[in-house]
Amino acid sequence: MLDAEEVHKRFGANEVLKGITLRVRRGEVMCLLGPSGSGKSTFLRCINHLEKINAGRLKVDGELVGYRERDGRLYELREREIIRSRSEIGMVFQHFNLFPHMTALENVSCAPVSVKNIPRGQADQRGRELLEQVGLADKIDAYPVSLSGGQQQRVAIARALAMDPKLMLFDEPTSALDPELVGEVLAVMKQLAAAGMTMIVVTHEIGFAREVADQVVFMDGGVVVEAGPPDDVLLRPQHERTRSFLSKVL
Amino acid sequence: MQGIPGEPVAEIKAVPLKHPGRWIGALVVLILLAVFVRSLLTNPNFEWSVVGHYFFNTLVLKGILVTIELTVLAMLIGVALGIVLAIMGAAINPLVSGASWLYIWFFRGTPLIVQLFFWEYIAAVYPKLGLGIPFGPALIHPDTNVLISGFRAGLLGLALNEGAYMAEIVRAGMLSVDEGQTQAAQSLGLSRGQSLRKIVLPQAMRVIIPPTGNETISMLKNTALVSFIGVAELFHVTENIYSKNFKIPPLLVMASIWYLLMTSILYVGQYFLEKRFARGSVRLNVRHGQ
Repeated sequence: MLDAEEVHKRFGANEVLKGITLRVRRGEVMCLLGPSGSGKSTFLRCINHLEKINAGRLKVDGELVGYRERDGRLYELREREIIRSRSEIGMVFQHFNLFPHMTALENVSCAPVSVKNIPRGQADQRGRELLEQVGLADKIDAYPVSLSGGQQQRVAIARALAMDPKLMLFDEPTSALDPELVGEVLAVMKQLAAAGMTMIVVTHEIGFAREVADQVVFMDGGVVVEAGPPDDVLLRPQHERTRSFLSKVL
Repeated sequence: MQGIPGEPVAEIKAVPLKHPGRWIGALVVLILLAVFVRSLLTNPNFEWSVVGHYFFNTLVLKGILVTIELTVLAMLIGVALGIVLAIMGAAINPLVSGASWLYIWFFRGTPLIVQLFFWEYIAAVYPKLGLGIPFGPALIHPDTNVLISGFRAGLLGLALNEGAYMAEIVRAGMLSVDEGQTQAAQSLGLSRGQSLRKIVLPQAMRVIIPPTGNETISMLKNTALVSFIGVAELFHVTENIYSKNFKIPPLLVMASIWYLLMTSILYVGQYFLEKRFARGSVRLNVRHGQ
């Protein structure tokens, strides 16, 4: 599903990604761990072209992200085409980014109506189903301001799912939550994983990584330090950097 | 020492602080106010009877209608223009954003009164206006004097000037919306235009409305300037009357009271508008405090 090869990303003079090579198969859950500044969030934002990569190749489901390759040359994609690929990738943010002027249901049905031109009635119906799935059937007409952090994040997940994505990106989804509320969001994410969604999760929740991930990747300073099955990376880390990070976090 | 359930804890009864300074200050303000009001009421030069006499004069009321028409129309056009200019200013195409910048620079850089005179005397520069192919023949070409004069010149001047100021207000509103909102909208697949229209602008309205209310109140007073190009709004009518009966202070007072009344009504309008756009926000209280 995701194929990253020697991906580089620079912000001015600051090189944030220094050659990331990763592979995620369909239905797999990959957890990205690492200290802040290691480039994890930037990498995530490159996947749905919120950031443009400077070098390397990034492919989602076989298609290059942001570019088209023809006769050996790369052509930048038009906004319309980028939008199409973005609508197939769902993203959940650390600070939820719900639309405060819309109710939970309106947040969820906004994109299907505007992007896929699905009639409002149908989109609302699907929206109600999704909100029920994440346990918020009684909050469909609530505004984000009256929801707790955990509830807001679950609405955000439902909102991303409304577009029927083939890949879900999570950027530290529980980092801004009270410890008590973390569990309810992780539960929804576990549900999603069990249902076969391909997920890339940037997180500090090591317990979640051990339980749900098929692959754990440790990133530091813009490179992949270590990657492998969770038990290998978390219990028997090979690199010193990985070991020192884990010792501080666990 | 924990509180024993059932035994109420005694309320603190302390002697409150005295604030002599506040009382003295209030007294001073009240005395000054009383002196001022007394001067207003007893000064014969104000001729309050004249103020009352002309307050509901037919010409004055017609002038007020023109003032209101100009304010409403100029603000509607100005706000729409401002939104367009702000969106243009955010465009990726440098020619589009440059054109917006140029417009704002020019219309904020020249005095409003000069712009108004310019529209009134535009026929001296462009005697005929043509609509047609650029650098080619014109399909229709009416006389400028017929098309743009008096009321229309005033409206054009006020509206185009206002558009430039509104553009900056709208831009500030758009800046106030958290970047994460645009990121979320785009990650869902909304186009730049859609995220602007459905996500950013509605949220920007909360920040746009108070300064826009300010601008509307300013516009109400700026309409007085069109009296200098012959439009019969309130100030022009007032001037006409006192140029004949020489009772300048009472008539100026009359006009001022009308302007104050109209401005106060705008306050109410703004309150309701702010409430409408405060939907979904933490501080639902529209005025200060709380």
